[in-house]
Amino acid sequence: MDLKLSSVSHYYGDTQVLRDISLDIPSGQIVCIVGPSGCGKSTLLRMLGGLERPSEGKVLQLGDAPAGCLNPLTYIFQDFALLPWRTVHGNVALVLEDHGLSRKERDAIIADVLARTKLTDFADALPKQLSGGMKQRVAIARALAVNPAVMLMDEPLSALDSQTRELLMDDLVALWTRQPFTAVYVTHNLAEAVRLGHKIVVLSRRPGKLREVVELDMPLAERHHGDPALEAQQQHLWGLMRDEAAAADAELIDG
Amino acid sequence: MGELTQGTAREVTFRGGGFRPGTRRGVGLAVFVVLILLAEWGTRSGFISALTLPRPSDVLLTFQELYQSGMLFKHLAPSLTRLFVGALIGASMGIGIGVLIGLFSLVRAGLVPLVAAIFPIPKIALLPLFVIWFGIDEASKYALIAFGTFTPTVVATYAAVDNVDRVLIRMGQSFGLSWWSIVSKIVVPGAMPGILSGLRISLTIAIILLVAAEMLGAEYGIGAYILQAGSLYDLERLFAGVVILSLLGVAVSAVVAAVERRVLSWRV
Repeated sequence: MDLKLSSVSHYYGDTQVLRDISLDIPSGQIVCIVGPSGCGKSTLLRMLGGLERPSEGKVLQLGDAPAGCLNPLTYIFQDFALLPWRTVHGNVALVLEDHGLSRKERDAIIADVLARTKLTDFADALPKQLSGGMKQRVAIARALAVNPAVMLMDEPLSALDSQTRELLMDDLVALWTRQPFTAVYVTHNLAEAVRLGHKIVVLSRRPGKLREVVELDMPLAERHHGDPALEAQQQHLWGLMRDEAAAADAELIDG
Repeated sequence: MGELTQGTAREVTFRGGGFRPGTRRGVGLAVFVVLILLAEWGTRSGFISALTLPRPSDVLLTFQELYQSGMLFKHLAPSLTRLFVGALIGASMGIGIGVLIGLFSLVRAGLVPLVAAIFPIPKIALLPLFVIWFGIDEASKYALIAFGTFTPTVVATYAAVDNVDRVLIRMGQSFGLSWWSIVSKIVVPGAMPGILSGLRISLTIAIILLVAAEMLGAEYGIGAYILQAGSLYDLERLFAGVVILSLLGVAVSAVVAAVERRVLSWRV
């Protein structure tokens, strides 16, 4: 199942936040969207998952979701969005409870995704007992549980410290290598974008326009922290964004 | 570079203390004990006249008599029943309607002004009306207590629903949870802390209204007992009644605290 944005524009009141964006999200690839703050990248992600309607243009789903897919478009949020009153197991169970699965089927899925995210030993822990990195792994496990066709990730690592971020990036790469998934990954961190993106989409500052689409061919598993080719790509992206970011930073919030 | 300044060394003054409430066990009890001992000493030494304040030991004796004669439970049983039934009706209706106000704009637009209009009415002033509507018996007392607990519970509940983290609701929607699942598994548990702290206030109001209702017309009940004692200027019995009410308040608060510990153990 692929996603396609066809000349999408969006307004908040009189302010245009996105202008004429057309983009293909082919299955099996991670598409990273980068851009200065306030460029509408999170808005774009909300539209892709049907949490917001674009003012103009269309978000299209090409083909059907594969069989066994409980929630084709699944989000991973920046601040984890775990229910604090449910255990790790309960948080994953939440998204399976409405699908008419038997208890045994549910428990099997939960055991599988917790194993894949290395959380099996923490099934009975409450979110308040977990570190930020573990919380986000729970959120990833929850997303994997519904077997999504496309994962929509909204700055999933931005609330974490840089060491944890590195570890989780490795985890994401390992998950993808084992079983390639389709993802749209919004971030303002260029290092994350060059590590995880098959395609990196650079948006300009508000109103967000498509500035450039960079394709990276290097397989994810071969990309490492500090790789010179990736550094060069990151420099190139920063060159594109630098002036935009500076200008965006100087704008008034309601300007 | 790299060399430290030579000269007198002083320790940096600590200025980070205070502003951190901690638990001090037994202090609350000590305040009670000291006040009671003061009253006992004052009344015994004649510093406080018997007409101003009854002697605490006499109040205790009265209490003992009340217990031994079996009258304590004769008064307590109907009071507790009224409190339980009235508060149960009021609180459950308050929580139900509060959640509806929190969820539906139409209900909110329609009912919030109404709640604001009935909130400041002293509910006790409506007792004659309730007597006409529900009869002189228990029903009118239940209604009064229910009405009194209803309004603060409604306000606390819809404020609590408003404060539920929108991110969690968005999450529920993004995973395609049904409306009912979102309400029962995200909204209501998320509003629980606010609902329970509202319940503390409304249950205290329920005790006040219980006494007021019993003073206006009841044969048995703590309110009736206090009223009798008061009209005879029997200060010992009056205070014994007041002590029962205080204990009732402490008990209700302890019950809510126990429920909070159980239901809200997930809180940081």
